[in-house]
Amino acid sequence: MDDPLVIGDRQYSSRLITGTGGASNLAVLERALKASGTELTTVSIRRVDTAGGTGVLEVLERLGIDPLPNTAGCRTAAEAVLTARMAREALGTSWVKLEVVADDRTLLPDPVELLDAAATLVDDGFTVLPYTNDDPVLALRLEELGCAAVMPLGSPIGTGLGIRNPHNIELIVARANVPVILDAGIGTASDAALAMELGCAAVLLATSVTRATDPEAMATAMRHAVLGGRLAHGAGRVPQRFWAQASSPPR
Amino acid sequence: MFVRINGAERAVPDGATVTEMLAALGVPARGVAVAIDGAVVARTDHDRTVVPDGADVEVLTAVQGG
Repeated sequence: MDDPLVIGDRQYSSRLITGTGGASNLAVLERALKASGTELTTVSIRRVDTAGGTGVLEVLERLGIDPLPNTAGCRTAAEAVLTARMAREALGTSWVKLEVVADDRTLLPDPVELLDAAATLVDDGFTVLPYTNDDPVLALRLEELGCAAVMPLGSPIGTGLGIRNPHNIELIVARANVPVILDAGIGTASDAALAMELGCAAVLLATSVTRATDPEAMATAMRHAVLGGRLAHGAGRVPQRFWAQASSPPR
Repeated sequence: MFVRINGAERAVPDGATVTEMLAALGVPARGVAVAIDGAVVARTDHDRTVVPDGADVEVLTAVQGG
């Protein structure tokens, strides 16, 4: 595998992790997931609807995509830990996207509860991928606790505001020894490319694809954006200059 | 006997195990997790864990999200 994304004991060839939330139906979701080329995708854990099936899992199975259960909706460490343990039994995976949010208006991570939950889950043998603020100090603390990756937000979930503090993302990347995955806030392809140019190991997005007018086309765009951003990061960009510098010979 | 399943009172056979309860509810055994009175029941214990009368049961599964 060329330039694989390594998280914990797994390797992926795709550096785009897509979420399943927000798609209008499973057929649209399936086409978008396929177009994105993703190999890992988030699902939420909720009460069963005895009338419905486990449709989303069947889609993931058919496409050969690993499920990454999240703890969306949890406000406390205790809720998140219970949800992660339920997910482990339901899906047979010890991987979890750990989300502990402070309130419904911002959906910003609650750092105190997040650290508490991360510590408990790491001790319990989980591979923890925490959704965190774009805070370099918190990112380091999560890594020190034993998280397998850190996933800072670009901007709040579902806003599509892109990366509001690129320098903080670069600071997180500069000190991390685990993959940094830009999670939340991606609006369009240029945001995903920027995340990769800043040195992120991967991008996690959902809304920007599932709620786009044409989810399949946007998923394709995101796949190319992540590839392009990754290549550009490794290619060594030219320095930014204040004054022009001719690229054609003088005569 | 009666138990509360996901907040609603439901009748299940007396002495039912978790596996039997799920079957009685018509819930597929794959892809679900069960907690009884706030404690997660390991998947490997579904066949031998008896659901107590009056228990508060949560049955969860994966849905689109995140």
